[in-house]
Amino acid sequence: MDQFTFTDKSKKIFIALILIGVATIIYGVLDSSVSSHRIWTSALINGWFFFSTAMMGTVFIAINSASQSGWIVVLKRVFEAVSMYVPIGAITLILVFIASSLHWNHIYHWMAEGITDPNSSHYDALIAHKEPYLNLPFWWGRALVILGTWVGFTYIYRRKSLKEDKEGGTKIYTGSMVTSAIFLVFFSYSSVVASWDWFMSIDAHWFSTLYGWYVFSGMWIAGMIMVFLLTHYLMGKGYLKEVNASHIHDLGKFIFGISFLWTYLFFSQFMLIWYANIPEEVTYYIPRLNDYTWSFWGMVIVNFVVPMLFLMSKTTKRNRNVLAVVSVIIFFGHWMDIYFLITPGAMKADGQIGIIEIGMLFGYLGLFLFVVFRELSKAPLVVKNHPLLEESKHHRIN
Amino acid sequence: MVKEAEVRVPLILGKDVTYHSITEDVCRPIEGKAGKLWWAMFSVAIVLAIWGTGMILYTIGRGIGVWGLNNTVDWAWDITNFVWWVGIGHAGTLISAVLLLFRQKWRMAINRSAEAMTIFAVIMAALFPGIHMGRIWLAYFVFPVPNQFGSLWVNFNSPLLWDVFAISTYFSVSFVFWYIGLIPDFATIRDRAKGPVAKKMYSLLSFGWTGNAMAWVRFEEVSLVLAGLATPLVFSVHSIVSMDFATSVIPGWHTTIFPPYFVAGAVFSGFAMVQTLLLVVRKVLHYEKYITIQHIEMMNRIITVTGSIVGVAYLSELFISWYSGVEYEGYAFLNRATGPYWWSYAIMMSANVISPQLFWFKKLRTSFVFSFFLSIIVNIGMWFERFVIIVTSLHRDYIPSNWSMFHPTFVDIGVYLGTIGIFFVLFLGFTRVFPVLALNELKSILKSSGEAYRDKDSDQH
Repeated sequence: MDQFTFTDKSKKIFIALILIGVATIIYGVLDSSVSSHRIWTSALINGWFFFSTAMMGTVFIAINSASQSGWIVVLKRVFEAVSMYVPIGAITLILVFIASSLHWNHIYHWMAEGITDPNSSHYDALIAHKEPYLNLPFWWGRALVILGTWVGFTYIYRRKSLKEDKEGGTKIYTGSMVTSAIFLVFFSYSSVVASWDWFMSIDAHWFSTLYGWYVFSGMWIAGMIMVFLLTHYLMGKGYLKEVNASHIHDLGKFIFGISFLWTYLFFSQFMLIWYANIPEEVTYYIPRLNDYTWSFWGMVIVNFVVPMLFLMSKTTKRNRNVLAVVSVIIFFGHWMDIYFLITPGAMKADGQIGIIEIGMLFGYLGLFLFVVFRELSKAPLVVKNHPLLEESKHHRIN
Repeated sequence: MVKEAEVRVPLILGKDVTYHSITEDVCRPIEGKAGKLWWAMFSVAIVLAIWGTGMILYTIGRGIGVWGLNNTVDWAWDITNFVWWVGIGHAGTLISAVLLLFRQKWRMAINRSAEAMTIFAVIMAALFPGIHMGRIWLAYFVFPVPNQFGSLWVNFNSPLLWDVFAISTYFSVSFVFWYIGLIPDFATIRDRAKGPVAKKMYSLLSFGWTGNAMAWVRFEEVSLVLAGLATPLVFSVHSIVSMDFATSVIPGWHTTIFPPYFVAGAVFSGFAMVQTLLLVVRKVLHYEKYITIQHIEMMNRIITVTGSIVGVAYLSELFISWYSGVEYEGYAFLNRATGPYWWSYAIMMSANVISPQLFWFKKLRTSFVFSFFLSIIVNIGMWFERFVIIVTSLHRDYIPSNWSMFHPTFVDIGVYLGTIGIFFVLFLGFTRVFPVLALNELKSILKSSGEAYRDKDSDQH
């Protein structure tokens, strides 16, 4: 079975999930105890979570074609399918940005009217200092360039990969090494800028040089987990016969390794701020530790202790059923990580995880899976003419 | 084992290379006599080493007042050299551990000399905290040992102490890793040795290696376990070195990006040093078949990638220093770029961020001469990076009446050049008595990636 069929049953499930999301939003709008600000905050959390998961598909394809790695080739189509949510994800983010700019919510405090005006009653000198960078036209310009370029490269990779199926040869393979080098340079800067613009600026007074890499590491792990879970599902349905325990082992190693990278970056940022304990920096962690004590530390434990305990052993990394259970846990751990990037800044101490947040998570998940499954069904599940395909098919590590 | 893809470049050149000829090539420098070039380099190194040792003894005898330190700049070349050497010591373990985990076959030709370099570089680094204590005979105080002076313990809250632990752990694991890899190669030399003394020596060194299948299984398992242990160490060592600075509240030192940025910088400088040494080894020992242009190109790519990561970090820091709105932070960076030490900042930026970008041109990254030249530039640039971080952040602190400049004395310079001398004495000595290429590991890729076998037959080996 080389061609995946998107069954009606799965379609119905995903549409049901989307409807749950829509119903949640309608409920939120009608219920006067739910502020629209809360709905928009949740839209940013879920919008970025699934967008960044998808974007990692593109980035990982780029990393692997730049480094000429062979093992990944039989899984390339899964990465591609995940990445094809990037355009839709970009739209979900742009909707939030439009709403923020029109003051339908107050996620970005620096967008408030008069905040940089010395005569205004709520003038903020520090935000006024940042105005050359944090102003709507420049901010929008950066957002559109970044999202546009990311979407563009995602399409380029997909199109070239489909073309390679038809044409063969090594031209596309060598060409994509150059494309990837260029893309990765752009991405290394733009991902940092994006994290400042979209998340760090929520806590407009605060700053951290590490922030961009921290956000990126979270995105990386969510992407790897999504690809693994899809692979697991496809194998269970009898697809992807070429994928063996060694491929699963390697995906498991990435999930394990990147979890440690994430923890390392979390620790570096947290420890240095905690240790130096100076007012301009601790403002970020104080609400997170005081207002969200249990859930914040719980998030750290899930993202660090769970992979450490359960994925250290080779056996669990090669057993895809065990790996799947652990992956789902870490996946939600990283949803919580995104939640803590945004909520304490946007909602102060009022953030909660209730019907709105969970319902919308289902809605976005349904949309994401619908797009990804549709893309999976559009092309053969394994690429045909990649020069390293044979190496990947015979991938074997002990 | 399946045939390697056509698009892969062979890693061992020459149609006539066999298992036997690899042994011959690797053992030749050990069994034969040194060439003129080797003696020339060794003489220069030994002169520097003797001079440096003299300067170190002079420092110990007179105290660190003989350095150019003053009340404001109370940490300068000593710690700069320390961080520089530790950074250089990163590449070896990265190549042996991380590239092993990523199954990079090209590491086989370079891992041995890179690991040796790591060991020697870490020794050079460890020298500096020792001598900059002033009273080196009290050096045991850095270890948390029970003592006779009441409850006098080291300060566990201090990153300087964490550094002692981090570096000693790193050194031990790197050393074990290096040695385990050497065991089968020592056995090969033992079996060929003619003189009774050499035979006895290599026999002791090879721990009675028999080369049976079980021994190889254990060898591979131990390599993997050590690689797993060493990988986090690659991160931890330089992260903790960065915390020596970042846990303080000195503008220019206290910034959250320091740990990962120091790690990237360390890998960057380490690869540059490996590149320098590899090109020397290739020339002096005639290893053109094994250290190919493909290896050099791969190294150059890693240098470009890590150099660019460092570039992202420099620019992030620069931007955030303005964005933060903190006056001191902003001034620290303005002073770096435009103050009296602007030239060191300019050297750092151009050598570390701009110069590696030249490797985007295939012609340059596949040129031996240019690669050698650029690796030296990067080594210089990375020394200046540490100088910029340390001296420019200190020399103008919160109180302008304290502002001062740093002027190195001949002792500062002598100690620094001396460590380079000692390092090269050790490294050149290594090339005479140790197998410089991991000969048994090289053999494991001969049939899959050697030009002699790869394209010959299509059936599975």
